[in-house]
Amino acid sequence: MAKKVARAPLDYLNMPAMKAWLAGVFIFLYTPLMILILFSFNDSKANIVWKGFTLKWYVKAFENTQLREALLNSLLIAGVCTIISIVLGALMAFAFWRFKFPFKGPLESGMSLPIVVPEICFGVAVLLFFAKIGFPNDLPYPFNLTQIILAHVTFAFPFVAIVVRARLESFNPELEAAALDLGASRYQAFRDVIVPHMKPGLIAGGLLAFTLSLDDFVITFFASGPGTITFPVKVYSMVRFSVTPEVNAASTIIILITVLATVLALRAQAATTKES
Amino acid sequence: MQDWREDKTFFGATIALPVIWFMIFFVVPMAIVWAYSVGENVGPVDIAITGTFANYAKAFSPEVLKVMGDSVVLAFITTIICLVVAFPVALAMTFADEKQKMWLLLLVMLPFWTNLLIRTYALIAVMRTSGVINSGLEGVHGLLALTGLPMGTFEPLPLLYNKFAVVVGLVYVHLPFMVLPLYAALDRLDKSLIEASLDLGAGHLETIRRIIVPLAAPGIAAGLVITFIPALGAYLTPDLLGGPDDLMIASLIERQFKRANDWPFGAALSFILMYITLIFFAIRAFMERKGGKVGAH
Repeated sequence: MAKKVARAPLDYLNMPAMKAWLAGVFIFLYTPLMILILFSFNDSKANIVWKGFTLKWYVKAFENTQLREALLNSLLIAGVCTIISIVLGALMAFAFWRFKFPFKGPLESGMSLPIVVPEICFGVAVLLFFAKIGFPNDLPYPFNLTQIILAHVTFAFPFVAIVVRARLESFNPELEAAALDLGASRYQAFRDVIVPHMKPGLIAGGLLAFTLSLDDFVITFFASGPGTITFPVKVYSMVRFSVTPEVNAASTIIILITVLATVLALRAQAATTKES
Repeated sequence: MQDWREDKTFFGATIALPVIWFMIFFVVPMAIVWAYSVGENVGPVDIAITGTFANYAKAFSPEVLKVMGDSVVLAFITTIICLVVAFPVALAMTFADEKQKMWLLLLVMLPFWTNLLIRTYALIAVMRTSGVINSGLEGVHGLLALTGLPMGTFEPLPLLYNKFAVVVGLVYVHLPFMVLPLYAALDRLDKSLIEASLDLGAGHLETIRRIIVPLAAPGIAAGLVITFIPALGAYLTPDLLGGPDDLMIASLIERQFKRANDWPFGAALSFILMYITLIFFAIRAFMERKGGKVGAH
């Protein structure tokens, strides 16, 4: 006996057509990634037919010194980039939130340009810049990563500033006034009252900077000197030649790191909205 | 908010570092590109800034115009497909309960946060000649042949290294760019207007066409711009999924720097892409202001 389920007129999510559409979209988004992860455990070089479970591609990926080095470089770059971006982003967010000053609007739009400018344009700019100032290309490790870090920070810190600024909107300025009344200096009030309030924003922004840096290929491709290799640059050169389970294994590790960072960032952000 | 003059040292201490960083590592490099775009090669490594417009003129040669036209068309098709695919998703998200909303948002965001190169690589593995789709088709073909149908030999579909692959890749990568602004716009709508429309006898499609779309127009415009601009400047996707004839602007720019070694021309192309970007964002800002005014009535 067919029973008609009552459905509110705006309950689009429960329309069969809508469910099918959503399912289609998510299948499109996730199937390639699922297959990539699945075949990283496949005991066959051919990468097409399932031959059994194995971890040998992970072992191989870790034994590939270049790949390992590239992965470590990427994590190091992302780590340093995150720390600098958090500091710069927090200062920028605070200054724009707290002060009125001439040319504030244009400066604010200008400083969000790194977010909207096409990657290729900024990559080219970074290449010309380092060539023009004669930045040394042969610094010893890890200083040969400097150019990449400088470039990554430049596009990452405006993102951090946006996230932190959103967080600051929920700050009650009277708290800072109270701290000042009670004898704290400006800097003490900043450090002990404002920064703790910013914290979820700093975490979310920092994780965003981390993934942005880890993800970047184009700008790194232009900013890196010869001989410096990062994970995306290495994978790019591997992918150009062939599709191998080793790349699948390395990719799966990166996906795992990204998923973790995303979940943590969303949690930090959820904490932000809950408190406000 | 405090006037900066009331506490100059504190103001200076907080704003100095970000501004200096932005000036040195963004404004100066961009200025150098701009200067190069009006310069010319005078030696193997020397470039003189002569104020010439020859590099920009070169961008209007037929070969370059073809690449630019292709890029605009591919990015435009991508944007429209993204809009059509993303709109129902954003609509479903808007009217879902809090928990479902969180999950849908997470599901949309996760691929967005996953390494672009990895996503492109995953697509290659699915679409190549011996990839999942073609192997699946070959399997089906084999089964049909077993039943005695005259099937002929199996020809794998040419899914990769053509414009089709580029569009699929661009849609795959940029879909979240469209979902998020659409969702942000739809979420702000006054739901009673939609209910009223449905109560008064309009169907769902008519309500979408005559109520939701006009009200969400600024958000739709934002989504179009936010999707179109990165799609237009995409480098990795056309480079890895397209064939030799499917160049887009970014690959052309890259070639001037890494292979052709014509830096001034590359700089000019890069600035043309910048100008297009800025024009689109200006249009968007203008529409937003207009949309804000309409909303205020």
